[in-house]
Amino acid sequence: MSAPSQDVATRNGVVVRALIYALLILFAVYYLLPLYVMVVNSLKPLDEIRQGNMLALPQQWTVAPWLSAWSTAQIGVSPTGLKPYFLNSVLMVVPAVAISTVLGALNGYVLTKWRFKGDNIVFGMMLLACFIPFQIVLIPSARILGLLGLAGTVPGLVLIHAIYGLGFTTLFFRNYYEAFPTELVKAAQIDGASFFQIFRRILLPSSGPIIVVTVIWQFTNIWNDFLFGSSFSSVDSIPITVALNNLVNSSTGVKEYNVHFAGAILAALPTLIVYIVSGRYFVRGLMAGAVKG
Amino acid sequence: MSFLEIDNLEKSFGTTRILKGVTLGIEEGGFLVLVGPSGCGKSTLLNTIAGLEQITSGEIRIAGKRVNELHPSKRDIAMVFQSYALYPNMTVGENIGFGMEIRGVAKPERDKAIAEVAQLLQISHLLDRKPSQLSGGQRQRVAMGRALVRKPQVFLFDEPLSNLDAKLRIDMRTEIKRLHQRMKTTIVYVTHDQIEAMTLATKIAVLKDGILQQFGTPAEIYNNPVNMFVADFMGSPAMNLVPATIGQSGSEATVELARAGAAPVSLALNGASSALSAYRGKEVVFGIRPEALTDPDGADRNAKHLVTTDCHIEVVEPAGSDTFAVTNLGGKGVVARLRADARIKPGATAPLTFNLTKAVFFDPATQERIA
Repeated sequence: MSAPSQDVATRNGVVVRALIYALLILFAVYYLLPLYVMVVNSLKPLDEIRQGNMLALPQQWTVAPWLSAWSTAQIGVSPTGLKPYFLNSVLMVVPAVAISTVLGALNGYVLTKWRFKGDNIVFGMMLLACFIPFQIVLIPSARILGLLGLAGTVPGLVLIHAIYGLGFTTLFFRNYYEAFPTELVKAAQIDGASFFQIFRRILLPSSGPIIVVTVIWQFTNIWNDFLFGSSFSSVDSIPITVALNNLVNSSTGVKEYNVHFAGAILAALPTLIVYIVSGRYFVRGLMAGAVKG
Repeated sequence: MSFLEIDNLEKSFGTTRILKGVTLGIEEGGFLVLVGPSGCGKSTLLNTIAGLEQITSGEIRIAGKRVNELHPSKRDIAMVFQSYALYPNMTVGENIGFGMEIRGVAKPERDKAIAEVAQLLQISHLLDRKPSQLSGGQRQRVAMGRALVRKPQVFLFDEPLSNLDAKLRIDMRTEIKRLHQRMKTTIVYVTHDQIEAMTLATKIAVLKDGILQQFGTPAEIYNNPVNMFVADFMGSPAMNLVPATIGQSGSEATVELARAGAAPVSLALNGASSALSAYRGKEVVFGIRPEALTDPDGADRNAKHLVTTDCHIEVVEPAGSDTFAVTNLGGKGVVARLRADARIKPGATAPLTFNLTKAVFFDPATQERIA
């Protein structure tokens, strides 16, 4: 009795599995196609693109567009390539991510383990920061950056991104630490550990997944930001997203599509790498605490 | 003067009063158990002793020194938590040594102390493991090791056994008792399990709704409960609390227990106390523990005042070491504890012996003890 029915179950399983894989492959192709077009065309001479077949492999492989996009292409008025702007973005993203993550972790720690009167109101107000559209704060931000003497500088961009990210990082860490057993903090208090010792020795070592989530989230958002970059930067603090726009929209001469493709990939590369390196932690981190309610 | 003194302690969260003027003390080397149903404030009381909660008013003294304002780490106490609260990122050895590390004790000295404690608790082979690799009983030992290594003046235990399975719980209970006998350190222990309280304590404090109900030795609490709550809470199976009337037969005071379909049981009190005489003709609650209500052969031969009477047996529950029989008195099921081989059948009438030396009486209105 059981043998044939098991057989049917196995066969059904194979069919279902085949269907699932077929569907997954279809979607993967669908999602990878734009990337394919970009990569393929960034490795072609401009003439080949003009012939019109965007999907064909290059007949003559070349890395010239990449070199051009990186160091010689015309960006705005100067032929510098994306290199200096890439550096600007790195100088902006790294401190902004670090500051917002550390402050978010401290906020989460205080809001869950050192409760004070009105802590939920404070948290609620910080949450509100997640819902404020960028455009609304543009003018006040510009005014404050001006008063601080940071207008048009990389530190100014760091400041605005760190503050804007604080709502999200606080939310992430607060929810993560909410599930962290308070008895551990009490035990450490009895052991004589100070506020920061408890944070550094007890909470931080257990925060791996949520730190990864926060860093990925912040890195992606800040690296990809265009609005703050275009509003608050001057000639020597332009981030790469704005520079890419300048590259593509340069009105002089012919449109070098292959260079544009290469530039776009260059601009997207860091976020791509961050995802590939730590993406699985991202999913794991988003799920962490989900079961604990 | 006691070693640990709690003087008129009050604790409120906002407008909610959690502890309402608790006063008690325990001598040096004593084992104080705080017991009560959940929400009675026993864990809060322990946390205030630890310094993890600020108190609203009153005073806590350890060795004659007021500790109200002292940080938990400065009170010379150690605490074992219900969840064990082991630091998940540290090994067992690091867990035990963390407090010393924070206090800046040199590494060789630290390692020596850790090794000693590990030896004592038989966890030496576990020192390099992470808490996640340990069983419940092992975690419990590590948590105790972390407390022991401090050599504190007072140990605080917050329901340390409630996460263990039944058999392990009894083993660890014995172990804690043995440890206490060896170390002779003062212990304050919170539990909701009255058997744990009875077996471990030198003094028991019974709490209910933030009010200290009774404070005394286990024998005092068990034999002389001050009110119906304590009588009912301590002991398993619980004390029988039967509505009754104080009557008179000749010059003798009696207690009358109503029965369905038969004349009331009348038990001569053999020289009632004057307190009870004042209740003549009035309603009282008659309290008798199951072991004081037995078959005539099983009765305590040294008891001064035994009365035997026939009762209708409704249910018989053999429990191996004893047989419990339920009869109906005063409109309530009353549990009697008979010898295991007592010949008794449900539905029949059998003689039961009341050991009235052990009987207690309560006022039904105030629930307080009369005699």
